[in-house]
Amino acid sequence: MNMISYGHHRYPGRLFVVEGTDGSGKSTQLSLLHQWLKSEGYSVFFSEWNSSPLVKDTTRRAKKRRLFTPTTFSLLHATDFADRTERDIIPPLKAGAIVLADRYIYTAFARDVARGCDRAWVREVYKFAVKPTAAFFFRAPLDVAIDRIAAGRPQLKFYEAGMDMDWADDEEESFKIFQGKILDEYDHMVNEFGLTVIDGTQAIRTQQRQMREIVSRFLKEKLKEKVPI
Amino acid sequence: MKELKFYGTALPNVEIEPYPGKLIVIEGTDGVGRSTHVALLRTWLESAGYAVLDTGMTRSVLAERGIKDARSGHTLGRLTMQLYYATDFADRLENEILPALRAGFIVLTDRYIYSAIARAVVRGADANWIRSIYGIALVPDAILYLRIKSVEELAARVLVSGRGFDYWESGMDLGLGNDYYDSFVAYQKLLLKEFDRMKTEYSFQVIDASRPVKRVATALRQLVKKVVDLDPLPLAEPPGKEPAKAEVKESAGVDGRAAATKAP
Repeated sequence: MNMISYGHHRYPGRLFVVEGTDGSGKSTQLSLLHQWLKSEGYSVFFSEWNSSPLVKDTTRRAKKRRLFTPTTFSLLHATDFADRTERDIIPPLKAGAIVLADRYIYTAFARDVARGCDRAWVREVYKFAVKPTAAFFFRAPLDVAIDRIAAGRPQLKFYEAGMDMDWADDEEESFKIFQGKILDEYDHMVNEFGLTVIDGTQAIRTQQRQMREIVSRFLKEKLKEKVPI
Repeated sequence: MKELKFYGTALPNVEIEPYPGKLIVIEGTDGVGRSTHVALLRTWLESAGYAVLDTGMTRSVLAERGIKDARSGHTLGRLTMQLYYATDFADRLENEILPALRAGFIVLTDRYIYSAIARAVVRGADANWIRSIYGIALVPDAILYLRIKSVEELAARVLVSGRGFDYWESGMDLGLGNDYYDSFVAYQKLLLKEFDRMKTEYSFQVIDASRPVKRVATALRQLVKKVVDLDPLPLAEPPGKEPAKAEVKESAGVDGRAAATKAP
């Protein structure tokens, strides 16, 4: 069994991913899409970032004890993603299901490069990833995203705020710098990976309609027949 | 002093500055005697006055426990395993190996990236992919490769050692044989082939490990002497009958030794 590189996997299923900074609204949109696909009779499999049972404890411990460097942060997240790929993504795609992923390799590319990792190196690390059928980038201006996060969460976590990078003493300030860098990286990736940009400042239903329009182009009746419900 | 030199993309946020320590790698397949020889070299170097750090695969603070748990469950996917090893390596490189080299230690490492590359390639990983990931590795001062003549001999050694065949060392995850012995032999043969391929690529110094431990140890010492200055540590002569209070300056490490010898 040899490793298959990005863009070379051929599976009957479909893979849709959402990307964007924290507070861009991507998770809300993905769960709405999930509901719709299920009600349409498709077999849907959901996979989210940082969810590997094999890696979870290591990540949690490392965050708590602040053991990460940009390189080990990057590699441990890649390990987690590899487990997701081998367990949650490839098997359902082979079985002809629709896989929805909340955050994908582009999250790693944005965060790790913002932390100083080499662009080409990070892309190489994730070369085994399956290329999505479509990748949606929910783009929200920095201040909008930050306001949304501030409203929902009382305190920023150490790595989330990029405090490991010594950009600022203040967590909120550091977070803004970090998110700004991440947004720049996402903007670079729009053309590089053909991300579908959705304006995250639009009404929720408007965004969902745009998303469903695009997704429906890749759906076939055959996908429903594959797994009878 | 030696400049930091990486195989590929350097580690981010690391100052490329000369360091006084030495990085010596002991490589070889399972059961070839690596840990015995690391221990012997360590004692020998320490008695010559060098501070030694020994490290090895899956011994990182960050990933050791996670890898052990994952391995015990036998549910570790192939790519996942390779990246877990890479995480472990990066943690040890940044938090143990580099600081020790900067402080003038001799770092003896039981396996380095070559074992990790061989294991990954044997399991179907793309050879260039895994090499790029390990591009963050520092080029060592010496790579001493313990090579055994046949895999059958290796198997015999594992049996004599009394620990028996281990699931992963036997490559049982690859389904190469019907039992541990067959699988061990088939798996180790594949690894040996990968190691032989890397010999020239990475300039391994090959040591015939089929010989008795003492002779292998002598051969290793000869090779280490080429990179580490092993003249006896000269102590200050006592002037007349008075026992000298040698003024040993605080200095750590390889180049630091010269400072101590200059004391009156």
